[in-house]
Amino acid sequence: MSASDDRKGAPNGADAHRSNVEALYQELILDHYRRPRNRGKLEHPDVALRKKNPLCGDVIDLQLQFDGDTLREVRFTGEGCAISQASASMLTQRLKGKSKAEAAEIMDHFTRMVHGEGGGPDESLGDLRALAGVARLPVRHPCALLAWDALAEALGSHR
Amino acid sequence: MMSALPRSEFPLLAASPRLAYLDSAATTQKPRAVLDAIRDFYENDNANPHRGAYALSVRATERYHEARARVAAFLGVGDADSLIFTRGTTESLNLVAASWGRANVGAGDHIVVTGSEHHANFVPWQQLANERKARFRICELLPNGLIDLDRLRAMLGPRTKVVAFAHVSNVLGTIAPVHEIVELAHGVGAIAVCDGAQAAPHLTVRFDESGLDFFAASGHKMLGPMGIGVLAGRRDLFEAMPPFLTGGDMIEFVEDDHSTWNRLPHKFEAGTPNAAGAVGMAAAVSVLESIGMDTVRAHERELVAAAYHRLAAIEGVRIYGPGPDDRSGVLSFNVGDVHPHDLATILDSHHVCIRAGHHCAQPLMRRLGVSATARASFYVYNDDADIDALVNGVMAAREMFSRVGV
Repeated sequence: MSASDDRKGAPNGADAHRSNVEALYQELILDHYRRPRNRGKLEHPDVALRKKNPLCGDVIDLQLQFDGDTLREVRFTGEGCAISQASASMLTQRLKGKSKAEAAEIMDHFTRMVHGEGGGPDESLGDLRALAGVARLPVRHPCALLAWDALAEALGSHR
Repeated sequence: MMSALPRSEFPLLAASPRLAYLDSAATTQKPRAVLDAIRDFYENDNANPHRGAYALSVRATERYHEARARVAAFLGVGDADSLIFTRGTTESLNLVAASWGRANVGAGDHIVVTGSEHHANFVPWQQLANERKARFRICELLPNGLIDLDRLRAMLGPRTKVVAFAHVSNVLGTIAPVHEIVELAHGVGAIAVCDGAQAAPHLTVRFDESGLDFFAASGHKMLGPMGIGVLAGRRDLFEAMPPFLTGGDMIEFVEDDHSTWNRLPHKFEAGTPNAAGAVGMAAAVSVLESIGMDTVRAHERELVAAAYHRLAAIEGVRIYGPGPDDRSGVLSFNVGDVHPHDLATILDSHHVCIRAGHHCAQPLMRRLGVSATARASFYVYNDDADIDALVNGVMAAREMFSRVGV
């Protein structure tokens, strides 16, 4: 008997896992990873924050510029996995032009989606719903939330 | 290439026929013989060793000491009482740095490590140096990741007190020239401390013949249970060192204002020992001996060579470190711009377990110029099917990421 013969076990629950992973790494996320939106630095940010995940080395630098209560510019630079970088890119796209209250609400919806709380992702999340599959990958939650942790702190520290 | 010990001997692997477990450098799966030995200890001989005057405690003591003798013999330690049981390699290395280090390293002295150390053989020395105002020096590696002996020789001098190095790198799998490093260290009057966590499971270790002053290893990386490991050391050094932890078992007399210390090995084993862990580690050693370390090594050389060549043939794959001949059962690599964490998630969905990240070796990651790598590591239960699964998973990840152009 060859090594591979005795390894043809019955399919198990991991196949649902594979579909979930395949659904997660869809073109939209890979597109944000390869072609991040609003990537770069602002000359005069009102708030600049760096968040790092010491476990995997992912890093996000988030910069915000306000116009009164409105997020006029949201930019980021960073390094890390597709999930952390796509999440940051989508964040900037989604939050540009939003008020602080709207941003906080979107952040709340996103965080709950990642933690698998509530009944399905809120429509207000737009493209960010592509990250819904992360809910079933607890070890990747910190990746999806890294930029949002930076945002939470940035919003808190602004005035 | 079949496994060196069938998967059926490993209950976890037997229960998951499709699982390709390629993270043995983190921890190995446990054979039935080890699980049985631990259970047998608790079912038949469990009592606190060294304590009771009753027969059961004597049996527990005997099992514990028998375990020490077996592990000592496996590692080529003639004087079994100079083999200390610890929680693992991390504790063993901390013991040396804290106990021998504080007694022997002073301001202006030098401690030398290499650029490929695991944090467990890096941070304790860095902290000791900071505390003692000593110089902490890092010997840079050759471009292929091997230790640069010429550079090391040039770095050593009369102020060097410690040369600490990994026998086998947990990231690159590179094998250190132990004998040469020991000679260089002793040539300047320094001690040679070896992190053997990745060596003891894979290579024949002969501590007494090596000339090493200290050698640390972990049970759980060599088929044994978690929470048990060893520190082998020279008796004269152990006897001259102050204790590391104090408390029960390690004392001789406790007066109101001072205490005296028990003899070896007890001096360095404060508190109730992990006797069941030691028994499990001894059972693991017996399993390895029954396979034969030459067979273990030969099996893993074939696996690593096959995996190396098949991965290297995939476009975009970059393997870190030297070619397959110069390494133990570890391959660190990256696949194009697929981040190792994404790769690990995708491989997981293909039933392949690999490690992704800095592997507790951030200084080495900096030197490699990466923030993380993927790492596949092999052991006695792995076979061709595991490599097939790894290669197929890597191809699938590449495919997935290639749907969107850069």
